[in-house]
Amino acid sequence: MLKLILRRLGQMVLIMAVVSFVLFLVFDSDKFKKQIAVNELGGFGVQTLTEQEYDDWLTSKGLNVPFYVRYVEWVGNVLHGDFGFSFEKNTEVGPLLAERLVATGILGFWVFALMIPIALITGVVAGMKEGSVQDRAVSFVSVFTTSIPEIATAIILTVIFALGLGWLPTKSAMTQGFDWTQLVLPVMTLVLYDFGYVARMTRASMAEVMTSQYIRTAILKGIPYHRVIMKHALRNALIAPFTVIVLQLNWLLSGVVVVEVFFQYNGFGKMLLDAALFGDIYVIQAGTLAAVFVAVFSQIISDVGYTLLNPRIRFS
Amino acid sequence: MSATTESPLPAPSILARLTQAKPLIVLLLLMWVPLIIYVMFGEAIGDGARLVLLPAIPATILLYILAMRAWWESKIAIIGASLVFFWLLMAVSAPYLPLMDPNQPIAPFTLPFSEKKDIFFWLGTDYKGRDMLSRDIWGCQRVIVWGVSATLVAYVVGTAFGLLAGYLGGWWDEVISFIANILLSFPVMVLFILILNYLGQSGFNIVIAVTFASAPAIMRIVRGLALDIKSRDYVYAAQTRGEHPIWIMVVELLPNVRGPIIVDACLRLGYTTVAITTLTFLGLGLQPPDPDWGLMIKEAANTAMIFKFSYMLIIPALSVSSLILGFNLMADGLREMSLRD
Repeated sequence: MLKLILRRLGQMVLIMAVVSFVLFLVFDSDKFKKQIAVNELGGFGVQTLTEQEYDDWLTSKGLNVPFYVRYVEWVGNVLHGDFGFSFEKNTEVGPLLAERLVATGILGFWVFALMIPIALITGVVAGMKEGSVQDRAVSFVSVFTTSIPEIATAIILTVIFALGLGWLPTKSAMTQGFDWTQLVLPVMTLVLYDFGYVARMTRASMAEVMTSQYIRTAILKGIPYHRVIMKHALRNALIAPFTVIVLQLNWLLSGVVVVEVFFQYNGFGKMLLDAALFGDIYVIQAGTLAAVFVAVFSQIISDVGYTLLNPRIRFS
Repeated sequence: MSATTESPLPAPSILARLTQAKPLIVLLLLMWVPLIIYVMFGEAIGDGARLVLLPAIPATILLYILAMRAWWESKIAIIGASLVFFWLLMAVSAPYLPLMDPNQPIAPFTLPFSEKKDIFFWLGTDYKGRDMLSRDIWGCQRVIVWGVSATLVAYVVGTAFGLLAGYLGGWWDEVISFIANILLSFPVMVLFILILNYLGQSGFNIVIAVTFASAPAIMRIVRGLALDIKSRDYVYAAQTRGEHPIWIMVVELLPNVRGPIIVDACLRLGYTTVAITTLTFLGLGLQPPDPDWGLMIKEAANTAMIFKFSYMLIIPALSVSSLILGFNLMADGLREMSLRD
């Protein structure tokens, strides 16, 4: 067990190193340097620069140093907890990343808080009786909601609740401090998009458990149906959904970009997009590291959790 | 066969004869190649472009009839195929429909089902006064062509590497899997943005970006399947016959992994369509002014955030949703049918 976790963490560090190296390599091209210059000084401003002035500008930004030198320096700084400086936002990357991660964390917390109960209950109800009316209804609804892309869900919800009924604001920029009404539409969009997938996984797992021998035995022994479900079936049926739910963490971190951009919510996804469009290398680096970390970590949690929850794996 | 047999088996109908691998491939090519030529190289061929799509229309209709016949037992697959083929038909017949020029401004902010300047607008016009109906239909052409091409290329690349990694194993497997792991650990959006920023924004580069993003996942699936299959007797037999590894991979392994791959491909077509729409919405994909669903959403989101004009957002949103719903229902139906066999 410990060996597995250590191996995974080792892999994570290796992947982080390779990914950040590739990023430095890509952003070292003249095109990207020019892009940063254009974004900062304006297209016209860059055209009027002479070769010498452009070089001076690069030096002032520390961009004319070979990328491998910058890379080594950056790795050293990261190990000290210094993530560098954002060209675009003119701040330290560390606090910026923390702030945006918290914002996305709040969004993610509410998405999970709503999505997990809805998905589990509908999935279990559907899987209890394969082929029944409730099963087909849940299957249909979940295919339907997952098929509508986030951008379309966001639009439809905005048109109904914000533009039509006027109950909620259209944008979630939170310019006047935290406002929960601005959180409703993004959360609803993400929940609607995501719950179908988890519900279908739960349904499949529940349906499989319900056909197993021990459930049949329990029913034939005369144990009340609700007790068979609650005590016998659920325990085994919820193992697979657990791993799926943990893996949704990873989806949430990179899948929120569209929703955050559409609702102008200042979260992690929007930060990554802005940074990538600007060419803000240190912000991209930090964001990617965070994303890789979350991806590997959620994988580890789901593996460990699966082993702990499933006795058949533990003893074999 | 003796000549005395009085009642020979009834000759298979034309439709049954068409439902075989070779005619199906011919029909698919007949539909697909003109579309690609029209969208990707339309400017290069000039006047010929008007005629290029003509053979694709009957091919599409015929394919739809064949799909209905083959999948009749699954209602879900039929609904899905109907949605997909509706948009396919729109895509191939767009130049021949009596539509207005999608880029010509006529009367800004005309509501649906109303008349302005003696022209009746079924779906209204957008903020520049361009006909929404026409833009929606032309938009589907670009989304479908780039979406399907990108998925196809991703599949070819992913399957090739998956077969190599799964069948050859050893160092091939280690190296390919490691590269795939690295690509998979990038956040998808960062990967898209990096590639599109680096190569420039065009349809062809979207194909490359989607390939980088999807091929690793496809490679994993194919690798798993290949690992499972390579210990079968018929593979050993082929090895004993001295067949070349590449021949074994393509002829012995590939046909036997196609079932799960086809279902996955349907789902992935949906993802890719979403990805392309999303990229254009974020300002990274196909370039204006040519219509595209993501672009329509982006423009409307900046100009028409009023309930009265919300049709500008709703129309492209519903279009893209219906196409993806079609792909997903088709995948569901196919999976259901493959489980039943």
